[in-house]
Amino acid sequence: MGHIVEIEGVNKIYGKNHVVRDLNLTVEEGEFLTLLGSSGCGKTTTLRMIAGFEEPSTGSIKVEGESIEEKEPFERNVNTVFQSYALFPHKTIFDNIAYGLKMKKVPKAEIHERVMEMMELVQLGGFEKRYPTQLSGGQKQRVAIARALINRPRVLLLDEPLGALDLKLRKQMQLELKRLQRKLNITFIYVTHDQEEALTMSDRIAIMHDGVLDQLGTPTEIYEQPKTKFVATFIGETNTFDGCVSAIDGTDITVNLENGAVAGSGSGFSILEFLTVSVRPEKMKFSMEPVEGFSLRAKVKDFVYVGNVIKCIASLPNGNEVRIERLAGEELPEAGSRIFLYWEREDAVLIHNRDHLMFQMLENISLT
Amino acid sequence: MDKKISRHEWKSNLLPALVMAGPVTLVLVFLVAVPLVYVGVMSFCSIDEYYNVVFKFSTENYVRLLNADYLKIYGQSLAMAFITTVLCILVGYPFSYLIARTKSKRKTLLYMLVIIPFWTNSLIRIYGWRTFLGTNGWLNGLLQFLHLTGEPVDFLFRQGTTVLGMVYCLIPFMILPLYTAIEKLDGSLLEASADLGARPFATFFQVILPLTSSGIFSGSIMVFIPCLGYFFVADILGGGNSDVIGNLIERQFQSGNNWPLGAALSIILIVMTLVLVKLYQKVGGDMDNLGV
Amino acid sequence: MSRKGKAKAKKGLGGVFCMLVYLFLFLPIVVIVVNSFNATTSKPYLSWKGFTFDWYIKIWENSSLLDAFGNTIIIAAVSTILATVIGTLGAVGMYKYKFRGKGIIDGLLYIPVVIPEIVLGISLLTIFTNVNIPRGMLTLILAHVSFSVPYVIFNVRARLSGYDNSIEEASLDLGANRITTFFEVTLPVLAPGIAGGALLAFTLSIDDVIISYFVNGQTKTYPLKVMESIKSGVAPDVNALSTLILVGTIVLVVLTQSGLFKKKR
Repeated sequence: MGHIVEIEGVNKIYGKNHVVRDLNLTVEEGEFLTLLGSSGCGKTTTLRMIAGFEEPSTGSIKVEGESIEEKEPFERNVNTVFQSYALFPHKTIFDNIAYGLKMKKVPKAEIHERVMEMMELVQLGGFEKRYPTQLSGGQKQRVAIARALINRPRVLLLDEPLGALDLKLRKQMQLELKRLQRKLNITFIYVTHDQEEALTMSDRIAIMHDGVLDQLGTPTEIYEQPKTKFVATFIGETNTFDGCVSAIDGTDITVNLENGAVAGSGSGFSILEFLTVSVRPEKMKFSMEPVEGFSLRAKVKDFVYVGNVIKCIASLPNGNEVRIERLAGEELPEAGSRIFLYWEREDAVLIHNRDHLMFQMLENISLT
Repeated sequence: MDKKISRHEWKSNLLPALVMAGPVTLVLVFLVAVPLVYVGVMSFCSIDEYYNVVFKFSTENYVRLLNADYLKIYGQSLAMAFITTVLCILVGYPFSYLIARTKSKRKTLLYMLVIIPFWTNSLIRIYGWRTFLGTNGWLNGLLQFLHLTGEPVDFLFRQGTTVLGMVYCLIPFMILPLYTAIEKLDGSLLEASADLGARPFATFFQVILPLTSSGIFSGSIMVFIPCLGYFFVADILGGGNSDVIGNLIERQFQSGNNWPLGAALSIILIVMTLVLVKLYQKVGGDMDNLGV
Repeated sequence: MSRKGKAKAKKGLGGVFCMLVYLFLFLPIVVIVVNSFNATTSKPYLSWKGFTFDWYIKIWENSSLLDAFGNTIIIAAVSTILATVIGTLGAVGMYKYKFRGKGIIDGLLYIPVVIPEIVLGISLLTIFTNVNIPRGMLTLILAHVSFSVPYVIFNVRARLSGYDNSIEEASLDLGANRITTFFEVTLPVLAPGIAGGALLAFTLSIDDVIISYFVNGQTKTYPLKVMESIKSGVAPDVNALSTLILVGTIVLVVLTQSGLFKKKR
């Protein structure tokens, strides 16, 4: 496997808006990479720079080791599936899919053969004479994908392609896209704001936040070892506690929170450093008695039933809420009872908190 | 680096923008803006004894145009434009309402029937009215046949006749925007109003009229302003008894040969137009609703 | 009266009112058509002297009338093509690109639409005189382009308001260059707006009296020919030609309309 797309030191600035900041990202050949983030995080702009619709303000983008700065969108060997599908309303489904081949002046007979083959592949056989307005959302989506894939691009760019579909269809299309990607062995760069979609489909996920690449890793890495507070809260549900390191013993770290002290493990932290502790609801434990190393009291407030999962909501002395998640049938405290919260040291993720330097300074002052 | 960005800029932005917006800019600047500015300049000039334009600043044209005879014609022109507009609303509104809300399958045909007459040259249609209304025209023939009148009645060459011609020429410009506005009206609003206890009369003033007022405003602008300039209608049907501002301008440019005076009259007409358009915008009119 | 009866009476009243309005709109047309069959030969051709087809034959002998009609068609065709090309490019350009002075151009567009035609006519007359362009075919075409362009732009713009920019990007992405994209994607999608604008430009040009009246020089268009003949009474051959034009237009429209219905998408 080689590097198929290399993004080096790319910045994109519109007037006063710094949309993408110093982005470095390498995409491996044949992988399914997702750019994940909320709207305005720069993910779509990144995609459009690879496609050639936008020009980086600084930095370079290489595809197959070759710089593409001088190439117009129509000279690049990448294709895009647009969020709005962008099907040509005045052309039939056949002509839509054939468009790229027609531009490459492929012989007519071959175009016909390849279009038919592609239509079978995306399960649209028999639709060739229809117009885009006569199709459902899911069918339009398939046409958009077929129209891009028929050109056998080295990289397929997908900009929130499933955003307009309803939940059930979206789930189905997710699996289908993954199947297509495996079968054709084409590199997919996929943009979405849906973390669940990203976790289901991707080989690797790049999480962007305010134009910055926060973390790049496999879904498991991202879920289990978030590197920033944003990643921890954006991916899945989690409980976060801001606090300050009060003691370090090897990898065992004690953190002082507003509501008490807790324990975790990690390395690379220093005394008095301000950090965030993240604990997934399913890892959160409770006890009726104080646990060694923890002094976090809470009062059970409410229960939410989500299918076979029960969420228990407890409140801390300062009013913040903590979620405990259990499968139905597992033990949970009674409503109104007072409990002590704790977790296994290795279940807590400690995150350097660079976002709150100012706050950290204030915290240090109040501690001394 | 700079060069690369500028090349991309040039190919994807500057060149297409120039090719696409260039021609229209030339047309609008050289065939609309410059001529109008030139008219403005000319309105402050005067003529010598050979009717040549003398480029020397003077306000004499405007002073001359404040004369009572001219003021009377501005007043007459505005009054006729006003009456024309009111008549167009009174006839056009119920008519548009009926054809826009008909459940008949022939709705498109009914709409087309409003436009078809306008595929015939407007002058010849105005002349058709003259033929119809003249002393030995069809109407007098009918009246005499019915013994309603002994002597032929002269319907022509009155202000009323000119107004009739103006209404005739301009009523589609009232009907079409009204039709569009009324057709857009959501029928369930009328049902809701009735359901809430409003009688048809109240529904009209509380719901229908406010929601279709945009059509009335844009229709009024498109009827009122041309009225001030339609000199040929006043010529053919009014015979000099019902001049509009357009007649005054036409005379200075065709027979009177005092172009600076005509230019000053044009400026007065432009100012009136601008005031009306400002008024239109003030009541919330959208410029994009003008012009068909 | 019962509720049903009242509704019926209202409907009947409305029907009568509409008939009267249509009568008002079509009355002069009826006069024109009837007079085109009038056998009278003495000016001002008003009294009815019996039925004849003669005037429809005499059209072909009246060379000045035919010339004027020919001029009108040429001017309308050329100015429509120019206005459509300039207007379509302009509308797309102004929609897609930002440039200095765009606001001014945008404002100027409304002028030919709101300002009374007579002012446009005399302003063109003064400027053509000033720069010594001989008045005739050329000035007529320029004048007609100047007042048609905004209408084309407004029509194309209406179409652009529902336009998805990403289809052009999709075309570039699929390997078409900018020029191919314009002809393969942009133009066909905007076609209905462009056609509407062109039709309007053609209609405005054919019927224009006021502006042509000031910039024509010695060249006569059909409306100007009519205007000239009004002074001495409009001859039935003019009526006959007008009738033919009207019938021709109706046939054309019916044909295109039914054609559109057949192709239904």
